[in-house]
Amino acid sequence: MRRAGVPLLVGLVVVAAGIVLAMVRVNPYIYFAGCVVLQYVVIATAWNILGGYAGYVNFGTPAFFAMGAYTAVFLIQSMRAPLPVLLVAGGLVAALLGLGIGYLTLRLRGVFFSIATLALSVVLQTMIMNWEYVGGSRGMSVLRPSGPPFGSYVTFLFTVMVGLAVIAVLVARFIERSWIGRGLAALRDNEEAAECMGVPTLRLKLFATTVSGFLLGVAGAPFPYYVTFVEPNSAFALDYAVNALAMPMIGGTTSWVGPVIGAVLLGTAQQLATVTISSEMNLFIVGVVLVAFVVLAPEGILGLVRRLRGR
Amino acid sequence: MVAGLLLGGFYAAVSLGVSLIFGLLDIANIAQPAFVILGSYAAYVMNSAFGFDPILSGLLFTPVFFVLGAVVYRVYYESFERRGEESLRGLVFFFGLLFIMEVSLSLAFGVDYRLLQTAYTSKSIDLGGGVGIAFRYLVPCVVGLAMTLALYLFLGRTFYGRAIMAVSQDRLALRLMGADPVQIKTIAFGVGIAAASLGGALLISIAPVIPSTDRDYIGRMFAITVLGGMGSIGGTLVAAVILGVSESLMSTFFGPSWSLAVSFGLLLTVLAVRPAGLFGR
Repeated sequence: MRRAGVPLLVGLVVVAAGIVLAMVRVNPYIYFAGCVVLQYVVIATAWNILGGYAGYVNFGTPAFFAMGAYTAVFLIQSMRAPLPVLLVAGGLVAALLGLGIGYLTLRLRGVFFSIATLALSVVLQTMIMNWEYVGGSRGMSVLRPSGPPFGSYVTFLFTVMVGLAVIAVLVARFIERSWIGRGLAALRDNEEAAECMGVPTLRLKLFATTVSGFLLGVAGAPFPYYVTFVEPNSAFALDYAVNALAMPMIGGTTSWVGPVIGAVLLGTAQQLATVTISSEMNLFIVGVVLVAFVVLAPEGILGLVRRLRGR
Repeated sequence: MVAGLLLGGFYAAVSLGVSLIFGLLDIANIAQPAFVILGSYAAYVMNSAFGFDPILSGLLFTPVFFVLGAVVYRVYYESFERRGEESLRGLVFFFGLLFIMEVSLSLAFGVDYRLLQTAYTSKSIDLGGGVGIAFRYLVPCVVGLAMTLALYLFLGRTFYGRAIMAVSQDRLALRLMGADPVQIKTIAFGVGIAAASLGGALLISIAPVIPSTDRDYIGRMFAITVLGGMGSIGGTLVAAVILGVSESLMSTFFGPSWSLAVSFGLLLTVLAVRPAGLFGR
């Protein structure tokens, strides 16, 4: 039990540090940027549960993210639901979508699965664009609720995001260390062989897609509150798909540390590039870094570190 | 309906490259739509600088695109295929490539819509009864049909074409026959990308193009390729016409914003129900 307690403790310390940081009140933009980076920690970690552990490349990250965001918009519109409800509801809706995608893996593997997820994202975007209640294609602005529990609303959101990131990483770490992670690794390397050895591949895949979907939805749920304006093109942005892929690839996909390293490095670099150069340039950098890493360092930063240590 | 048929011919033109690269070579080149858009911009530049007809410049650029495709394939081969890890990382590689091209284009040309006007774009044939065929759609359709025929003949009649068919079936046997599979694949990849040049030139004369138009075409191209049965050239044409007709029906009855969902919906259905496609082996 003590061994399981250590990561939990570390997680609590990180949350506490986040709260302290939120108290310090530096430039509010820093908190906003921090939110974005933390959001990417959640996204990258969630993507990696399916993509890194199970080897199913999901191009439909924006679909799950936007499901979370739009569930939140719907609940805010209809009943002004509080943030915790938004998080859970957004997560659950995206988890359902994940479960559906999981059943698709019965017929579709490899490339076909990836293209199907991309297709799913576009179909959902079209549906949202034609749904006037949540803003349609014009989008809609969302009012932040007055009186956050503490601090200003941005610092409050920042703390929430710290908490979400910690939860996501703990979940990923738990999966990786348990028999589930080993089963997923087995089916990543050879699905038929794993099935023959008695690994319950379908159940594992359904589990991975559902958990991954849930976390992506949770990452999307606070989105309406910190951008305060939601429109389909930003919620379904392809940036999320590329980043969700690039971050674990850069960090290293086989361990929970990889996506965190990738998200922090790439997320921070992007925030800096957006401020100092231009937002298009920052996407360009992501693309180049992604291609450079898959060509030159397929194991990511973790792989590089391991190779250096090995010598 | 007629518009849909014509649209189908044009869709065949843009999908042939995917059909060749993805269908026959089994390389998941999802960057293909970005190459098509690159072709559109090449045609745009040639037209605004020298007043070239888009189809002429599309043809002129095919050698350039061929070389480009060959280079991309070599990089892909050296870094993924030879190591035997093509599926996952190769996919990510092409996705990154798509993104780089899209962003480079928007850095170079901005995000304004671009459209080419030619002498024939505004003319049309009147069939009577209010039904007319716009040259804007007719010309790309004819070119698309010509490309389909050319590729069909190339694959069936020429040495390299047959070698490409062979490499998709049995690499080892081809190697035993004394041909180099990698060289053949390089050529096939180049031809596929070269087709994108012409497809792109057609695209910009049909509809306005922005750098992110490639996203709309990912679904269309792969839907057509999969529906047509992975690498079957005739199947590609049939599937392209089916998609063209259903898209134009959809946009007539439900509004144009739904037409995009058709291709992806079709793709999802085909993948879920019959992954081998209509003319699959």
